[in-house]
Amino acid sequence: MARIDVNHIRHSYLPNPRTDADFALKEVHHIFEDGGAYALLGPSGCGKTSLLNIISGLLHPSHGRLLFDGKDVTNLSTQERNIAQVFQFPVIYDTMTVYDNLAFPLRNRGVPEADVDRKVRETLEMIDLASWAKKKARGLTADQKQKISLGRGLVRSDVNAILFDEPLTVIDPHMKWVLRSQLKQLHRRFGYTMVYVTHDQTEALTFADQVVVMYDGGIVQIGTPAELFERPRHTFVGYFIGSPGMNVMPVAIEGKTAMLGAQRIELPGAPKAASGAIELGIRPEYVRLGRDGMAVQVSKIEDLGRHKVVRAKLEGRDIAAVIGEDETVPADPRVRFDPAGINIYADSWRVEMGA
Amino acid sequence: MEKTWNNKAWFLVLPVLVLVAFSAVIPLMTVVNYSVQDTFGNNVFFWAGTEWFEELLSSSRFWEAMVRNLIFSFIILAIEVPLGIFIALNMPKKGWGVPVCLVLMALPLLIPWNVVGTIWQVFGRNDIGLLGYYVNALGIDYNYVQDSFDAWVTVIIMDVWHWTSLVVLLCYAGLVSIPDAFYQAAKIDGASRWAVFRYIQLPKMNRVLLIAVLLRFMDSFMIYTEPFVVTGGGPGNSTTFLSIDLVKTALGQFDLGPAAAMSLVYFLIVLLLSWVFYTVMTNYDAER
Repeated sequence: MARIDVNHIRHSYLPNPRTDADFALKEVHHIFEDGGAYALLGPSGCGKTSLLNIISGLLHPSHGRLLFDGKDVTNLSTQERNIAQVFQFPVIYDTMTVYDNLAFPLRNRGVPEADVDRKVRETLEMIDLASWAKKKARGLTADQKQKISLGRGLVRSDVNAILFDEPLTVIDPHMKWVLRSQLKQLHRRFGYTMVYVTHDQTEALTFADQVVVMYDGGIVQIGTPAELFERPRHTFVGYFIGSPGMNVMPVAIEGKTAMLGAQRIELPGAPKAASGAIELGIRPEYVRLGRDGMAVQVSKIEDLGRHKVVRAKLEGRDIAAVIGEDETVPADPRVRFDPAGINIYADSWRVEMGA
Repeated sequence: MEKTWNNKAWFLVLPVLVLVAFSAVIPLMTVVNYSVQDTFGNNVFFWAGTEWFEELLSSSRFWEAMVRNLIFSFIILAIEVPLGIFIALNMPKKGWGVPVCLVLMALPLLIPWNVVGTIWQVFGRNDIGLLGYYVNALGIDYNYVQDSFDAWVTVIIMDVWHWTSLVVLLCYAGLVSIPDAFYQAAKIDGASRWAVFRYIQLPKMNRVLLIAVLLRFMDSFMIYTEPFVVTGGGPGNSTTFLSIDLVKTALGQFDLGPAAAMSLVYFLIVLLLSWVFYTVMTNYDAER
């Protein structure tokens, strides 16, 4: 296992990138700690797979360096980096048996057959396929195949990291749950450094200790699931994480008060040096619907079973609020914002608020 | 949902049935008709029964042509399949090289059989042919008109030149359908170039290779035009393959009965061997 140091890495698929827009990956600088479980979360095309392939060595970055435990590996091949990677679609060698599939990476590295046997049997136990060892890999279901892909990574105990590129895309929802919790268990038991790429927030939030949110080729926020939820650093994180996403509305600031049209909203503190386009962000979970506060026009109520999502208009803008399953919307609905859930953004980036 | 039964739908199949009847079934039946009769012209026919079949199966001329043909098919398969795979593996997967290679590969396939024959007939001549002249100038005694070994070499090289492209194109189609993730996973698993070929590329080319072998076998077993144009079946009978022998019997000697019997036996052999190939290869495929 290793600490992965992504040092000012930029990547462009064009031969001569000029402007920032030419870069698929704009300046990523981050340290993945040894034994950490990370998720790279972001929409399609945000550069998360590029970053993953740069770490595994399938892609050579245009700029920057990559270090494993302080050792520069930027110019090393995938083999030399000793990385395991699981892809979106299960990759299996379908003319081989399940056993031979797992033995393949070891045999390629000239591991003695006795050790191969021991490691493969251990891994088969880990991924719960021991009874399938002698079967041809081609007849397996998608999730079993994906387990084999995973197993080929786990079987090499000395890997520096295990990388996952949206590994559960083709798996049934029920099996997703099972596989994800197995991954989590493996991580706890063996302490692999794991980096998991996904565009599914539930997957990211349940899998990772640290979620790296990427947007348009850069990292916008790194944090625990709770941090991403409570204090999104960028309005994109607010939209992308949470369902429904954060309400964001343009406001004017006057000391400790935000002005939204004719409404005045008390803030928990005065935003520091906010300039540019100022917006107020509040998650639907912090919007209190009741008989006092600002008047809204309710347009739709979605009953999701566990809770209801109320869609309404506040000062002509769409706003969503989450209310309990048993609560009802009053005849003259009004909303208040819970100060604990208010964030202020200047040009989309979060600004701190003083006391 | 209720199923609608409507027998008028059969009329839609009718054109195909008519077409197949006229293009295959009726001609085949006339051949069957000839094969059991004897004629001396004037449309007078005598019943001959299995006479022609017995004569054919005991004739050394037929068996010699058959052995020659099997050897020929075996040799060209043994050259064209590995060579085709090798070329397909080395063709570019993207960029401007792809259309260039594909067009170059397709060219020999677009040339009519008899033109291919004529090209090689002239090319190999040792008086005016580019190949024949220079091979002789190098001190190698090469003359496909008089030496049967040279005739075989010429016919085989010609077939390889003409048909390897087919194997290449089929294999290439199999290769480009392999997702990148397989190669990336192989890299991560530390697979050697050979292991990538053996465990990723070959299994994916399996099906197209089956088709390539079948097509090439059937075609080479029925080969007529090219060797006929180049060597005319000679020197002696050394390059007289089954179809050349058949045409000599049917049109040269106008022995319709024996020729028809031979056609049928020939047809059954191709059918049988193709079936054997197919069964063996698909079984092998299923076992793995």
